[in-house]
Amino acid sequence: MELTGAEIVVSCLRDEGVKHLFGYPGGAVLNIYDEIYKQTAFKHILVRHEQAAVHAADAYARATGQVGVAIVTSGPGATNAVTGIATAYMDSIPMVVISGQVPTPAIGQDAFQEVDMVGITRPCVKHNFLVRDVRDLAATIKKAFYIAATGRPGPVVVDIPKDVTQHRCHYDYPLSVSMRSYNPTSKGHSGQIKKAAQMLLEAKRPMIYTGGGVVLGNAAAQVIELVRLLGYPTTSTLMGLGGYPSPDPLFLGMLGMHGTIEANMAMQHCDVLLAVGARFDDRVIGNPKHFAKEARRIIHIDVDPSSISKRVRVDVPIVGDVAQVLDEVIKLLHADATQPDTQSLQAWWAQIELWRAQDCLKYDRTAAVIKPQFVIEKLYEVTQGDAYVTSDVGQHQMWAAQYYQFDKPRRWINSGGLGTMGFGLPAAMGVQLAFPDAMVACVTGEGSIQMNIQELSTCKEWNLPLKVILLNNGYLGMVRQWQEFFYEERYAESYMNSLPDFVKLAEAYGHVGITIDKPEDVEPALRDAFGKYKDRLVFLNFLTDPRENVFPMIPAGKGLSEMILL
Amino acid sequence: MRHIISLLMENESGALSRVAGLFSARAYNIESLTVAPTEDATLSRMTIVTRGSTDVIEQITKQLNKLIDVVKVQDLTDGSHIEREMMLVKVRAVGDQREEMKRLTDIFRGRILDVSDKTYTIELTGPGSKLDAFLAAVDPSNILETVRTGASGIGRGDRIMKI
Repeated sequence: MELTGAEIVVSCLRDEGVKHLFGYPGGAVLNIYDEIYKQTAFKHILVRHEQAAVHAADAYARATGQVGVAIVTSGPGATNAVTGIATAYMDSIPMVVISGQVPTPAIGQDAFQEVDMVGITRPCVKHNFLVRDVRDLAATIKKAFYIAATGRPGPVVVDIPKDVTQHRCHYDYPLSVSMRSYNPTSKGHSGQIKKAAQMLLEAKRPMIYTGGGVVLGNAAAQVIELVRLLGYPTTSTLMGLGGYPSPDPLFLGMLGMHGTIEANMAMQHCDVLLAVGARFDDRVIGNPKHFAKEARRIIHIDVDPSSISKRVRVDVPIVGDVAQVLDEVIKLLHADATQPDTQSLQAWWAQIELWRAQDCLKYDRTAAVIKPQFVIEKLYEVTQGDAYVTSDVGQHQMWAAQYYQFDKPRRWINSGGLGTMGFGLPAAMGVQLAFPDAMVACVTGEGSIQMNIQELSTCKEWNLPLKVILLNNGYLGMVRQWQEFFYEERYAESYMNSLPDFVKLAEAYGHVGITIDKPEDVEPALRDAFGKYKDRLVFLNFLTDPRENVFPMIPAGKGLSEMILL
Repeated sequence: MRHIISLLMENESGALSRVAGLFSARAYNIESLTVAPTEDATLSRMTIVTRGSTDVIEQITKQLNKLIDVVKVQDLTDGSHIEREMMLVKVRAVGDQREEMKRLTDIFRGRILDVSDKTYTIELTGPGSKLDAFLAAVDPSNILETVRTGASGIGRGDRIMKI
């Protein structure tokens, strides 16, 4: 049967098993929207700004592991989507974004709502396509899903001119894809894996460092098995939190710019480092020259060969699917009679415990004002560690990462690579739609929340009972912190005057708003939010200490052992 | 160090900009880039001349391989190879210069493609250094216009890049 391009788009999404599509209509995608209207296979979630559609699809993917899907119109719809696409790209999130385009004869004519979407997004997508012929449409969409989800995942844009959505052709959704130019490696090199196992057993001061790849590659079970088998200390990047249970004593906390002393020092002083699905970025190891001062042998497992030896030279590179490779490593370790050097390991743990004893995440618990850390701790208690926590970007993000003890993968959803303020609320929407019965908390700041606050309206439309945990300190806190430390307290434009009345604002959107200004009210408010108002969106406006800083902190360009402590 | 990277990629629209964009986005050096379809019209062959440390070149190769449209990447400088570049140069040729310019062209095994009463247009092919040497041998004030293709490269002997 012949279908129109628009019918084909909708059929492809249906056949791909898409359940939620996030988007915003406009001229160039009207034919597609007409078909969306007629179908029942998936729900369309109308956002209030295209950026939110992409963030929601992105978070949907992070939480479920499936490819997130968003649709936007041409021109401004497409450009509004770009921040969301770049966010997903930096964090390797599988996503397909369909953008409308002006009709093919109008391309290049500076037509109304025309932008070169393929050109604009080229540096921030895994791949993109402009579909010029309806006969290529189904195969292209199939490829887009395939590319997005395989290898190192990432966003793929499919730009579809309006006339292509009108043209007709036979529809047949391809069952599989084969591309001569794209064959991601999944199986690691067996010789290298053998070397890695050997090196792990030889270690005197071992360290296991896991990243977002463990979460994305569904390798948490393997990481847990490996760590417990060896009894080695483990840390995680911001993106990898939840890949290994945070409350476990073998876990040293997050490492990096705001990582714990024990994680950063162990990272710096280990003699064998196993890096799994992590990329040694600047927020993680700081200055690579400083990192290289201590001699250590590095094993690096990653699905993306270009992540290996990019910032740090490694001794045993292993390209492959992290879960598969770890399975192989574990198998070899079980087969090997060699035991880790217990004596050295004990000495190493003793050293680590000394670092840990410095209790670098301590804060003043007697203060009369609400400490932001306290709010996160209470959030953890009230939700019993079982919530999906999304965040925006800034101090609140770091506190959420440090004080919410993530013990499952895909529960901590934040923009790590791009650091996109405005991510949190639409992300929480995406998660809540994927898991309607789950507890979803958006930890945010008063700066970030205002970057996509219009989405409170979308939340109302879909009755999403997510909780906004606003740590309101009146400042763009992380900017303020840097200005305090590095700009002699010249607080240039980091104080936000004339903040809205967030309670009234929440109410205006049809939600529950509560302001909390005393430490003793924190827990009751959270209990109400997840109890009494379980089925409502609750906007909790916590007025927190405006002078609080995130510690420890490694200043930009410094090394892992050069932390500023409280 | 100077490297010549050869690659085969899908002959799709925008393929060139993906490569060029990669080099600018990651601040890689690009000395020259040539591209044209191969005997298989679905494939383009590209030769890129670049400079960088071993680490940088390793990253360049990996990043190129990561582009979805790229089918194969080879660093020709890893083995023995041939490289050629073509140059068209228009020189002033009046009076005695005409004879001298002809001689110089012959010495460099060039060809005069076009003649006017005041100019010669000369074609020269060879490694970049040979083209440089030719230009150095001509009085700069007599060089009216030059156009160079950038290097194309191929492995020697049985070293074949094909899919």
